[in-house]
Amino acid sequence: MTAISTLPTEPRGKRPTRTFAPATIMIYGILLVAALYYILPLYVMIVTSLKGMPEIRLGNIFSTPVEITFQPWSTAWTSACTGLYCEGLKVGFWNSVKIMIPSVIVSILIASVNGYALANWRFKGSEIFFSILLFGAFIPYQVMLYPLVIITRELGIFGTLTGIIVIHTIFGMPILTLLFRNYFASLPTELFKAARVDGAGFWRIFFQIMVPLSAPIFVVAVIMQVTGIWNDFLFGVIFAGSKNVPMTVQLNNIVNSTQGVKEYNVNMAATILTGAVPLLVYFFSGKYFVRGIAAGAVKG
Amino acid sequence: MIIVNSVSIKDLSVSFGSVSVLKDLNIEVADGEFLVLLGPSGCGKSTLLNCIAGLLDISEGQIFIKGKNVTWEEPKDRGIGMVFQSYALYPQMTVEKNLSFGLRVAGLAKAEIQQRIANAADILQLEPLLQRKPAALSGGQRQRVAIGRALVRDVDVFLFDEPLSNLDAKLRSELRVEIKRLHHKLANTMIYVTHDQIEALTLADRIAVMKGGLIQQLDEPLTIYNKPRNLFVASFIGSPAMNFLRGKLTEIDGAFSFTAADLTVSLAKYETQEKLTNERDVIFGFRPEHIAITDKPGQKGLSCEAVVDLDEPMGADSLVWLKVAGKPISVRVDSGRRYMPGEKVFLSFNPAMASLFDATTEERI
Repeated sequence: MTAISTLPTEPRGKRPTRTFAPATIMIYGILLVAALYYILPLYVMIVTSLKGMPEIRLGNIFSTPVEITFQPWSTAWTSACTGLYCEGLKVGFWNSVKIMIPSVIVSILIASVNGYALANWRFKGSEIFFSILLFGAFIPYQVMLYPLVIITRELGIFGTLTGIIVIHTIFGMPILTLLFRNYFASLPTELFKAARVDGAGFWRIFFQIMVPLSAPIFVVAVIMQVTGIWNDFLFGVIFAGSKNVPMTVQLNNIVNSTQGVKEYNVNMAATILTGAVPLLVYFFSGKYFVRGIAAGAVKG
Repeated sequence: MIIVNSVSIKDLSVSFGSVSVLKDLNIEVADGEFLVLLGPSGCGKSTLLNCIAGLLDISEGQIFIKGKNVTWEEPKDRGIGMVFQSYALYPQMTVEKNLSFGLRVAGLAKAEIQQRIANAADILQLEPLLQRKPAALSGGQRQRVAIGRALVRDVDVFLFDEPLSNLDAKLRSELRVEIKRLHHKLANTMIYVTHDQIEALTLADRIAVMKGGLIQQLDEPLTIYNKPRNLFVASFIGSPAMNFLRGKLTEIDGAFSFTAADLTVSLAKYETQEKLTNERDVIFGFRPEHIAITDKPGQKGLSCEAVVDLDEPMGADSLVWLKVAGKPISVRVDSGRRYMPGEKVFLSFNPAMASLFDATTEERI
């Protein structure tokens, strides 16, 4: 039998961690490069938007502004020109708000009830119904555009606010229903059974038992819809009509207008303004957003 | 006078697509009876309970509760209260709101609701917990609230779906006693699903042992324990499990014995249900406590020699493993004496307490 060594150099207590292990350096190096790759364009946009046109013409796109000016920002917001009109981006901003808020509310209301019904009130053919709905998520939008233009025209809502809201609600349905169905399916079914024994019906179980438990998934759905609808360009340009063009479409019109000199600083400011809403949503709710993606990925 | 049973199930069948879960089930539960549905997972016991509750549509048959045909009724109209394994308390509501939810749905007067909650809280000692949310309760407290939720509904029949399975061993035995006490106090009909045979034996007035969607035996606990109707019931009930030896019946001068290899046990004291025949292949089953270890050979025809294989002390008693007719068997003995592996001892059988099954049909003989 060998005696146990009790020398002070023997391992004892917490295992020491190496601060600069090669693997650590590699990981941080790659992360740093990736971060720079994404942050640099944003940096260029911000510094350019704060410069005057003479300074931009010098051509040093990475240099910080010598003379900071907020003029491009106010121009972009109030008086940038899109073809004939020079009323700035604010028109598009408010249009986007008018499109987004009802679309988000209506689509989430319908999808949550859909998901609840599909998860808890299985009816004959509910699985097939769900599969068809999911299949809709994989059909390219372009295929459906022309039929939808005709349908909305026949309904008399083509080129109206109602039209674009209906379109957003329809296209949000597959993924949102999947999201809600999977969430409700993950809640214990015994809860649902207990409520039924207690005599609660379809709507009472939904509003009094299920919805109060579903705050996380509603937050995820709101984030997905807000960013999705705000970033939409295609549907806005086709269905919203010239009076209701969303911010993205207006931004395109400002940046691509061919008259006069290109005001790079105004274009940069306008772009940042348009991207600000989803950017802020991501900043404040990154955790929920990731959770939403994970929840949507699991097919129950 | 026609005695109206509390719950009657007539020719009940349930199938999901082509999979048949319950087949032609018939059960009559008397008023105030405590019936336990016992079986391994997948035997259909929970399905049966869900059918009685009305949470699952049946394919064939009828269900009566208190003489009323409830086959097509909604759960709330059946006069049942249900307690679930996972408690199923509404997490966002306080205990009081949990208890009153069903009553509020039913539109009862506030005073009546208060009265019933006070009553249930008193019976289950829930008063100090009424304003808490389920998350702030221990497992045992949660299950008491879940029982309370069934209690306030003032129903005829209580349904329990493995209510104690999520609790630790100590709490389980405490709540088991509490449920039994509650049954004595309320004298309601209770139908209780479990896979735990101790719960079944301790609580039940009658046990229905289920397997593969069929009731194998429906009897009082001791009958099930002592006179299992088939090999499945015999092996499922009892811990440590019953010993089984395969062998033949032999007739000598009109007296039958069980023989396997060098072992012969006289069946003179065994109560048979049918006429025995010579050379029939049978399985001889006996519980570990119905066999004794002796130092000297016992009565001829009821005793044999065996070698100790292992000794498992379990506190109050010990389980001794031995080899008989080449097969391992266990014997329950007083823990006062330890047995060493390799020790030679004698076993003495008690055929009156044994069970004999046909080797092919596995039914009791």
